[in-house]
Amino acid sequence: MRKILRAVKRRIHRRRLRSDGGTTDQRTKFLNRDSVRSAPFWLPPFLLVFLFVYGAIIWNFVISLTNVSNNLSTIDYSNLDFENYAIAFDGGTPSWARFDVGSYISPIWNAAQNTIVLMVAFAVVCLALGLWLAILVDRDIRFENTFRTIYLLPMSLSFVVTAKFWAFMYNREYGLVNALFEAVGAGSVEIIQNSTLLGVESIALGPIAIGSIGIPVKLAAIVFALIWQYSGYAMVVYLAGLRAIPDSHFEAARVDGASTIRMYWRVIIPQLRTATVSALVVLMVFSLKAFDFIYSLYGSYNPGSAADILATRMVREAYQNSRFAFASAIAIVLFVMALSIVAPYLYTQYRRGDL
Amino acid sequence: MSPDRPRQTDSGILGRSWSRIGLYAFLLGMVVFYLIPIETGLATSIKRAGDFTGRNPYLPPLPWDATLASWSEGFFSLLDGLINSLVLVVPATILSGLLGSMAAYGLTTISWRGQVGIYSLFVAGIFIPYQAVLVPLTVFWYNIVPIQDWWLESVANGISVFGLFEIPSTFMLLGWELGFQPYHWQLISLIITHTAYGIPICALLFRAHYKKLPDEMVEAARLDGASIRRIYRRIILPLSVPMFAVVFIYQFTQIWNDLLFALILVQNNEAAVVTQQLVDLGASQEGVDYPLRMAGAFIAALPTLLVYVVFGDKFAKGVAA
Repeated sequence: MRKILRAVKRRIHRRRLRSDGGTTDQRTKFLNRDSVRSAPFWLPPFLLVFLFVYGAIIWNFVISLTNVSNNLSTIDYSNLDFENYAIAFDGGTPSWARFDVGSYISPIWNAAQNTIVLMVAFAVVCLALGLWLAILVDRDIRFENTFRTIYLLPMSLSFVVTAKFWAFMYNREYGLVNALFEAVGAGSVEIIQNSTLLGVESIALGPIAIGSIGIPVKLAAIVFALIWQYSGYAMVVYLAGLRAIPDSHFEAARVDGASTIRMYWRVIIPQLRTATVSALVVLMVFSLKAFDFIYSLYGSYNPGSAADILATRMVREAYQNSRFAFASAIAIVLFVMALSIVAPYLYTQYRRGDL
Repeated sequence: MSPDRPRQTDSGILGRSWSRIGLYAFLLGMVVFYLIPIETGLATSIKRAGDFTGRNPYLPPLPWDATLASWSEGFFSLLDGLINSLVLVVPATILSGLLGSMAAYGLTTISWRGQVGIYSLFVAGIFIPYQAVLVPLTVFWYNIVPIQDWWLESVANGISVFGLFEIPSTFMLLGWELGFQPYHWQLISLIITHTAYGIPICALLFRAHYKKLPDEMVEAARLDGASIRRIYRRIILPLSVPMFAVVFIYQFTQIWNDLLFALILVQNNEAAVVTQQLVDLGASQEGVDYPLRMAGAFIAALPTLLVYVVFGDKFAKGVAA
């Protein structure tokens, strides 16, 4: 045994002395590959990530096909079907219904719709505000660092902390937002418990009524607070993009006599596409994670249907109602949404060799 | 600061100075927008419990009305949570940073075919909504590797890991002397979880850094016969120090600020981290004690705020990558 070990050691030692890795037999060739020799570095983290990210997602998918509810310690994997997905999309009473938390389960469309409204409104406004701030901060101002630091400050805070701040800001009696409303004569309004729709009540396309389009007040309030927290991020990304554009482009536009607005619109903003796409992806994924904020704002798993997003619905179904398999199905829907945003992005990054 | 920088296209002395004034006015307005919720919280936190009502919440109290009672009450209510958070954040930050750096090294500096594929799997891991892994994580940490239960048995006997080796109780007593509590064992599951989900972003940050290092340096070292491990220890690691600062700051902030994993994985109130405790702070049947709640929010945010104020540029670097 010791002899073998010594032989192996000698071999390893010999290999190390050689620099170009020229070898004779197949096995050492394999061991000599850079992928294998660097494996002690990338493999342990890779295994950890693979287990916790990909292993967990696959496992989550399998759990979503089971009927596990109430007790997670015994999961029956023998009976797999897509019932939970059918319930998620159509609503209904599942075969595994428990009467302690009610047997009828409503579909997830409401939460899905809120998720998309939140995601789009949040990402678009963040980008617009971030771009606007980046352009202004880029115009050779004094105290640029101070401005930048202040604009990015909310992002360093926890969602729990910012939710506490905004719960107070939105308070009906003492909050600053309502003080502002009163100052302009609008009177005080309930904000974070208000499900009224803001926007057009009903839209008709000719004779066909499409339905109402609007955003519930409480959801708008959440979006506003999230924009407050993350627009600084969009600004930082755009600022980096602007700094990468050579001064000559600005000069050329100026020599051509373009106005400032025209210069930015025609020359500068088109060059910020990469920055826009990467900020957009990150912001959209952030908004899928808004659970922490909503949970702390309401201090409970249930923010009410007008502000319910998939992330809160999933956690509520799992950890309040103990419908674990059903919650896993919602989680898969959420995952597919994230994937449909991220996969095209990563693919184009890969094609361009930026990965 | 030359007046002729190309990014300014305004012409005419008068028009320019007016547009400059407008620019600064707008930027200052945005400063107010970003700071007012924080300032309001700060002003409220030093008011007396009965004084926070009124229409001007952003105004600080008169000096003789100010009190630090809420701050001290908040601090003592959150103290255990602060310690627990620290016990969680420090190892998780260091581990994820180190493993991320190792992964980036093996997948960037040493180049081989197919590494981009492996690396893509890392990057995709950044964008996973955590909801997609919560139920499996629960099963894993509650039923398959129930670290949280082990500490109950361990208090008297020392800890047996998989029955393979034992951490004797004397060792644990030493831990107590250092301020560790037996329930801190429960945070191990959280540390490992945060490490695993932190590695992808760390790997991304380090890879961007390692790509910029000149290839010739590593090539020369390899021609001299340096092993891969030696190149990492002697060349790459020393050159990574600035990036470690960025990564550690980013991870520290992320893990300290997280609520979801702690909410799901910490069973026992004793081991609750500070964000968990903050959710319920200041709420009672009689209504919400806003000064206490605001003071608590500041106390919970203080470590990240400090890090941000001191290392703001590094934080910006981390988020912009």
